[in-house]
Amino acid sequence: MATKPKRRSRRITLERRAVVKRILKDRGDILVVTGIGNAAQDTAAAGDHDNNFYLFGIMGGAAMVALGLALAQPKRRVLVITGDGEMLAGIGSLATIGVQKPANLSIVVIDNQAYAATGGQDTHTSAGVDIAGIAMASGFAAARTIYDRAELEAAMADIRDGSGPCLAVVKVHVKPTPRVALPNDGTWTKHRFRKALLGDAAFE
Amino acid sequence: MAKKPIVARRHQPWADDVHKVFRDMDVRQMAYVPDGGLARVVDLCLADRKMRSVLLTTEEEGVAQMAGAWLGGQRGVFLTQSGGVGNCINMLSIIQECRIPLLALVSMRGQWGERFPWQVPMGQAVPAALQSAGVIVQQVDEMDRVGETVAAAAHLAYHSFRAVAVVISQRLTGTGGRG
Repeated sequence: MATKPKRRSRRITLERRAVVKRILKDRGDILVVTGIGNAAQDTAAAGDHDNNFYLFGIMGGAAMVALGLALAQPKRRVLVITGDGEMLAGIGSLATIGVQKPANLSIVVIDNQAYAATGGQDTHTSAGVDIAGIAMASGFAAARTIYDRAELEAAMADIRDGSGPCLAVVKVHVKPTPRVALPNDGTWTKHRFRKALLGDAAFE
Repeated sequence: MAKKPIVARRHQPWADDVHKVFRDMDVRQMAYVPDGGLARVVDLCLADRKMRSVLLTTEEEGVAQMAGAWLGGQRGVFLTQSGGVGNCINMLSIIQECRIPLLALVSMRGQWGERFPWQVPMGQAVPAALQSAGVIVQQVDEMDRVGETVAAAAHLAYHSFRAVAVVISQRLTGTGGRG
């Protein structure tokens, strides 16, 4: 007889926009790759920046885009801000990244345990699937699940500066957030990002 | 990871021409799922200290990695067997949406003398599948033209911000019934 996976019983206290704002506070020259949907919105709401590369498709690809970027720019910190659904769609990439061990890469999974963009259906994390556990088992240097502000503060050193790869799952409310106007022209985003990062070399 | 011996040159002599193109064009990242048809190319890349070769769990990861590499200012090459092409279709959206170059090498199964039936469906679908996803397909089935085809594809991809796949015939890779 199959057993049901255990459901987490800890209260969810964090709000997604406040979490991402905190993570990006005094961001310096961090490069950010976002997953689709709310993650892109949260990142823009924290302050649009030339060093943000917003994804509006290729669900499951955010972490691997960040890996390619991190390997190309080893002296820069690269941060992924994505959701649980998007991370699950590319869950194998945690093994790929765990093997490569990029020291300059962190992944933050804003986990509302739902597919918000399509009507709020449950994701696997709502049934107990543990993304941080998968990351640790894949060879990440550090991985944790965060439920409250104290745990978020304790994780900031790893997220921003830790010898990676690091992953943090942050459990947040499912409440809707106000839409942020955000250009979704990928060519525009690409040019802006590369010009800021590479200067004139972007056009060679 | 344990070192394995490099596949002998006589089995895939065109592989050295291909690696030379990577060197000449400053290709710095490679992404792959292991494949018999590209085994010597993979081995030469793994032995090349100027290149970072990333082992994927599934091929679509490589398309995303190549996009990230280029955002970071590095050229990459994506190696896949025909079976892996089907896994990549949605991920190829970023190439069209962002006009980011992609150079891919595809080694064919299910095409020439194939003895393993499960390779045939995706093998036969490769050119149409790639084209439907906006990839320029350049097929090669002559030993001494592989290097120049890869070079031409690389120029086309990197300088016109398109996806270009060099599809290497099963006639050249010697993989009729294994792996």
